[in-house]
Amino acid sequence: MLLDVRDLSLRIGTVGLLDGLSFSVDRGEVLGLVGESGSGKSLTALALTGLAARMGATITAGSVVFDGTDLVGLKESAYRRLRGKRIGFITQNPMSALDALVTIGDQVDQVSRLHLGLSKRAARAHTVEILSRLRIPEAEVVARAYPHNLSGGMKQRVVIAMALAADPDLIIADEPTTALDVTVQAQIVMMLADLVRKRDLGLILITHDMSVVAQICDKVCVLYAGRVAESGPVRQIFAAPRHPYTEALIGCIPRDGMAPGSLRGIPGTVAAVSQYGADCCRFAPRCGRADARCRTQQPLPVVTGTGGMLACHHPVDSPVKEAADADAR
Amino acid sequence: MQMPADAVPVLELDGLVRTFTTGGGLLRKGRSMTAVSDVSLRVAAGDIVGVVGESGCGKSTLARLAMRLIDPSAGRVLFEGRDVTQDHGPRLRPLRKKLQMVFQDPYSSLDPRFTLRDCLLEPFAALGETAPPGRVEALLDQVGLDRSFAGAYPHQLSGGQRQRVGIARALAYRPEVVVLDEPTASLDVSIQAQIIALLQELHRTSGLTYLFISHDLGLVRYFCTRIVVMYLGSVVEEMADPDAVPRHPYTAALMGSSFVPDPTERAQIVPLEGEIPSPFALPPGCPFAPRCARVQDRCRASRPALTQTTGASKVACFNPVEA
Repeated sequence: MLLDVRDLSLRIGTVGLLDGLSFSVDRGEVLGLVGESGSGKSLTALALTGLAARMGATITAGSVVFDGTDLVGLKESAYRRLRGKRIGFITQNPMSALDALVTIGDQVDQVSRLHLGLSKRAARAHTVEILSRLRIPEAEVVARAYPHNLSGGMKQRVVIAMALAADPDLIIADEPTTALDVTVQAQIVMMLADLVRKRDLGLILITHDMSVVAQICDKVCVLYAGRVAESGPVRQIFAAPRHPYTEALIGCIPRDGMAPGSLRGIPGTVAAVSQYGADCCRFAPRCGRADARCRTQQPLPVVTGTGGMLACHHPVDSPVKEAADADAR
Repeated sequence: MQMPADAVPVLELDGLVRTFTTGGGLLRKGRSMTAVSDVSLRVAAGDIVGVVGESGCGKSTLARLAMRLIDPSAGRVLFEGRDVTQDHGPRLRPLRKKLQMVFQDPYSSLDPRFTLRDCLLEPFAALGETAPPGRVEALLDQVGLDRSFAGAYPHQLSGGQRQRVGIARALAYRPEVVVLDEPTASLDVSIQAQIIALLQELHRTSGLTYLFISHDLGLVRYFCTRIVVMYLGSVVEEMADPDAVPRHPYTAALMGSSFVPDPTERAQIVPLEGEIPSPFALPPGCPFAPRCARVQDRCRASRPALTQTTGASKVACFNPVEA
């Protein structure tokens, strides 16, 4: 396994933000880390890349084993040799990920000069090659351009090029297409899927959009308020979601032939961190299947038959007790 | 919703053109680009017309023209049959009560120093009027926000709650038409679905008419009764039936770029190649020709006009996709 995360918990001050996360991704595999804003997706990405400490966060339990080495407790100097070199990071907003005062070429060159020790000339050749492989037309010209000269889709490709420049083994992409048009989103997503296949990379794709997950992921891990709600193989999760939250997330995407009014969304919002309860299911206030047990006892994740996990007292495929219904009202 | 040919549409855009000039100065001529090029649109009462296209296609400019927030370079805006194109300032006030807008970003469209009550009273104050008693509470009820929020400030609200306030503000005067400029683009899909359900509910209960601007064809097909597809400032296709098979290759490509939440339907994705050409240097002929898979020689030479296909649907293409 390229990356194996087990029971990862993290806190800032006295507030526990991530609570016992477990997931894994292998080479040639795409893992979708899914959830709404506030579910802890981006913080998980920062924890994996050792950047969470800069926000004052402490990992309190669990392990992050990358290619045989546990990264928890790794020194910053050691993390620096990993980050950008073996673990590439694609940020959400390409508009703010690039330095407005430095040319595209110089920004991508930096990565291979630092991590691969390439000369200035070799680094530029390397950059142009990567840019053209990402189907950026006239890569030599683009390398001399500044970020403001490029469209959003082009900028996102440059950010991907930076993540690829040192030939990493794992890429973490945090909502890489959220700011982009649908046609550009399709290009970028297909490009990422292609990279995973051709370069035998592991990819962790962070998103709130289940249609993107359905498109390229092999495995899914659904997060809710800092905990894993459900995980498993993508086909299984979509064919028969078991956590009510997973089912609701899939139901948020409009599909052809849907009757008007059938797109319901999920009522309410993810609770603020200060409102997290410990001994409860954090999704209970928004869940139609919740009963008293969900509000007083945390559903512990159990391993499912497909090798995934499920943390729910009343999964979608279990009969709803009438008591639960009455109680919910 | 099909309207009789002689019915007066509540909102009509007639041959709208808007050009913008950038750069330039005292001695230098600026470059001009046409953001909206000869767009005509009839919106009947009760319609939900979706205007869909990528960034830079002119859809937001069209919304601002329809709202009379900016002046057209040519063409007319008619509201209930009356030409309002020449109206400015105070003369537009009666229109403001009937024609309202919900903006894309609920983070920048609400004043951080206003409580929600202030925020919902502002539309009345802006026209020198006093809100009827209980209006704030009624508006909060209408958009599904608890009345206790009246004293809250925007920063205490989530994105979805803020957008509900944006909608409540637009409803303050009980308008007839609401222009929705990507009201869910900055929200999570779960919250987007909530907001769309709310808009559907309001459409049903308050008899509203919507002009819905979006880049998401899947969402537009679900939500709208009629669809207008824009590309580089022009309408390339009008679909009278939102479930119809797209005829314009661009609409087909937009459809092909939408992901379906079903991992067994992956193979059908055909990403559109290339990007929108610069609006400052439009190619002659069809603006979509450089990216089009069905391009023919004549597409590069002359521009196809918007012509009727089946029913009230129209397409601007020499070589449309078979129905």
